[in-house]
Amino acid sequence: MKIDKSIFAALAWVSLAVLTVPDSAVAQDDGDNVFAQYREMFGDDNPAELIELQGEDLWSQVRGPKKASLEKCDLGLGPGKLDGAYAQLPRYFADTKHVMDLETRLVYCMVTLQGFSEKDLVAKPFSGRGEQPSDLEALSAFIAGRSRGAPIKVSQSHAQERAAYERGKEFFYYRAGPHDFSCATCHSQSGKRIRLQALPNLTEAAEARKAYSTWPGYRISEGTVRTMEWRMGDCVRQQRLPELQFGSDIAIGLITYLGVMANGEPMNAPGLKR
Amino acid sequence: MHRTVKWGLLGAALCCTSMLAAAAGKSDPLGNVAASFKAHGQAGMDRLERDPMQQACSQPASSEPSAEVAKSISRSAQERVKPPSDGQYLGDWKAGEKIAQTGKGMQYSDDPAEPNGGNCYACHQMAGSEIAYGTLGPSLSQYGKLRGTSPAILEYTWTRLWNSHVYNVCSHMPRFGDAGILTEQQLKDVMAYLFDLDSPVNQ
Repeated sequence: MKIDKSIFAALAWVSLAVLTVPDSAVAQDDGDNVFAQYREMFGDDNPAELIELQGEDLWSQVRGPKKASLEKCDLGLGPGKLDGAYAQLPRYFADTKHVMDLETRLVYCMVTLQGFSEKDLVAKPFSGRGEQPSDLEALSAFIAGRSRGAPIKVSQSHAQERAAYERGKEFFYYRAGPHDFSCATCHSQSGKRIRLQALPNLTEAAEARKAYSTWPGYRISEGTVRTMEWRMGDCVRQQRLPELQFGSDIAIGLITYLGVMANGEPMNAPGLKR
Repeated sequence: MHRTVKWGLLGAALCCTSMLAAAAGKSDPLGNVAASFKAHGQAGMDRLERDPMQQACSQPASSEPSAEVAKSISRSAQERVKPPSDGQYLGDWKAGEKIAQTGKGMQYSDDPAEPNGGNCYACHQMAGSEIAYGTLGPSLSQYGKLRGTSPAILEYTWTRLWNSHVYNVCSHMPRFGDAGILTEQQLKDVMAYLFDLDSPVNQ
């Protein structure tokens, strides 16, 4: 199924332009409220739904050198069990002996079940601007959608799960690079913003829950669904650090740390973001 | 290299603290950080290495460094401040405004041939006409009008821009001079943007 995403992106930008005309009312507003108004205009609609449908097709399609679908992929609750699975990721998987998040687990399934090359899948996991969503983005949107309303329950029962949490927490405060930025530089105080963009304080459970439960999300400024791994990598890029590798220990650690902070919140992804 | 040598003494003090922690059986939860990254364009792997300030300030605000460590970080930062070579603190406010507005520079997605921005507006209110300002740092609106241009305030502000850790040990603000983010001329232009009475900051 092909969706002309550019129409949605264009509509999104026109609406956004209307809302960001600098009049005095907006000047009094903070960025969050502007985007809250924008989200309201969508009502219950989210362009991510179209990408979820693409992901649903990809899940059941027979593909790859092994000519198989992903329907036997085990995301932690058993082969093919999707409902609520995303709300319990990342988790430790006995078959790989590693803590995996949704995206690394999907790559694992595409390699083991369908015979795709891991190197190829990881070389460019996310779509570029204006491109069709990557397989990983579409599948992530679909699978996240199957956890809507399920309470987030990121496990800390395995030693490796606890180690991932500690690694993520430690890296959250890791100041490095020419600008001395850590995650905490922007995300450890409440009520702050960068330019007009409100910054969630990810050290406070209430704000971490709201942020975590809405990823992956349809990013209006990107015109597509962006995933949690993308979110981590793009923050790190802005920290002026080298490239955070997809599925790396630090990436999984950060996602585990934030996931545990968000435990108990009903999953509400894909969200709709600025 | 120069920077490494200057930090040597403080580094020695900090290294021993972490060695003691290791001896006490505390393992490093981070493991091999470099294994999670790859060099990309101008963002090399050396950027993951932390100097003593970065190490000491890599923790929640509630557990900032001891008074002793804080003192040596601030002293070391102070020693490294370079005043303008010709003694002139103020450049061109119009050029300074562009630097304050520009957020690009030193990301692997940026063109290294382009000058770096200061991105002041990401965190500070400055000109009253600009509504898209961040709030991580204090408002700098009317900066020069309120403070005048005495030698003391010029030197203080230059030092702030050069290395904010002179005054706040774990300041969130980048070390624009010390880390080589902005050139001496760019710093003078930002200074003029703050102090010049014709600058929109002071309208």
